Amino acid sequence: MKKLAYLGLPLAAILASCASVPTQEEYRAKAIAMMKASFNEKGQAKLDRIDQDELQKICSIHPGGHDMPKEVGERIEKAQQALIKYPADGKYLGDWKQGERIAQSGVGKQYSDNPKNPAGGNCYACHQLTKQELAYGTIGPSLYHFAKIRGFGADIQRYAWGKVFNSQAFTPCSSMPRFGHSGILTEEQIRHVVALLMSPDSPVNK
Amino acid sequence: MTQFTKSAVGVALALATTVASAQERSAVEEIERYRQALADGNPAELWEARGDALWKEKRGPKNVSLEKCDLGLGPGVVRGAYTVLPKYFADTDKVEDLESRLVTCMVSLQGFTPEQAKKDPFGGPGKKVSMDALVAFITSESRGLPMKVDGTHPKEVEAYEIGQQIFFHRSGPYDFACATCHGVNNQRIRLQDLPNLLNPREAKKAYGAWPAYRVSQGEVRSFQWRLNDCFRQQRFPELAFVSPASIALTMYLAKNANGGIFDAPSIKR
Repeated sequence: MKKLAYLGLPLAAILASCASVPTQEEYRAKAIAMMKASFNEKGQAKLDRIDQDELQKICSIHPGGHDMPKEVGERIEKAQQALIKYPADGKYLGDWKQGERIAQSGVGKQYSDNPKNPAGGNCYACHQLTKQELAYGTIGPSLYHFAKIRGFGADIQRYAWGKVFNSQAFTPCSSMPRFGHSGILTEEQIRHVVALLMSPDSPVNK
Repeated sequence: MTQFTKSAVGVALALATTVASAQERSAVEEIERYRQALADGNPAELWEARGDALWKEKRGPKNVSLEKCDLGLGPGVVRGAYTVLPKYFADTDKVEDLESRLVTCMVSLQGFTPEQAKKDPFGGPGKKVSMDALVAFITSESRGLPMKVDGTHPKEVEAYEIGQQIFFHRSGPYDFACATCHGVNNQRIRLQDLPNLLNPREAKKAYGAWPAYRVSQGEVRSFQWRLNDCFRQQRFPELAFVSPASIALTMYLAKNANGGIFDAPSIKR
């Protein structure tokens, strides 16, 4: 019995080292190859949408930033901050009424969408924004009284711009799309959305 | 049929009540009431009946029925078959879900070409397809039974592991993965509750509720359709019907629902 156990240990060790159990990394590579062979290009959605940038790769391994080493998070923040384009004229605020329409619209970038039509921001899908709209989602925090709480100053306007343009620059592996960086909203549209958040007249701050 | 008509009247009455008192209740409660009212007479029964007939009907170049099709529990066994899928099949040396297995049987038994068998995966306005009906019939024969996907064959293990990677894969212009909407508790998009598929209780409930009759679309939607439309909203290209990635992801979700009571075709908004 003792002899068997003695023999058993190294055997198990040898088997473990020889066994071809693929690593998570190998499964990831297989998954990407399989996806490339399993999706068809349609409308504006081409196969390159399966490709990942550095951020998407890291955030697939650390969903929502879970279990992500602190220095990796800081590196992401810095890299993504460098990608934010602030408006050249320093004007962050557009028309909050147009911002409200953008916040309501979920159109954009799906293969079933006409790429000639402007995309929406679909802010209400995830955020509460105004008292009037009850059909809001809860994936993101409530933004009701956004500026009333944080202040109406230029620094908060700039923060709001950056957050809409590239949320990953502030919360690594956030669920929120990078509306400016990924070309979902135009600079003019982001101005309107920032106005919805920041204007004292906006229902967000009423 | 009479029962169905009666329920339809009931639904109309329930809807009228719903509208009258809409302001007094939260919208989420309203949707739940609406769903319950509809569940009394699920139109999916019509698809199930059509699928039952299609299963027995002699079709295809070989003019034979699907009654000898092995869905995982042996040739011709329909009762409980959906609870063991996806599964590895030795004859094709592949892991197959229900829809891909039906394609296999339509080819091998009935003599259809793979292209013919896969041609009309989903119904639409004015177009009723046999795949939806067969899926509705076969899944209805697992209603009330616990999910028990085996998942131990090396190819099943691989499908599960790859499916898990697909679930967490973030990409595209919106940086979305399945996990973005289905990996956190108590989230909703607009007013729609999002099941957290990483939470065993919710994974069982969610998987056990597909296929479903979608009231807003007037169609029975299969699990293949569910995945296809999720990826559209994820801003991905189009997921090909019965593609390897669709089956791997189904394996991941189905196995995570093991032990849950299968309760579909259901009815959804």
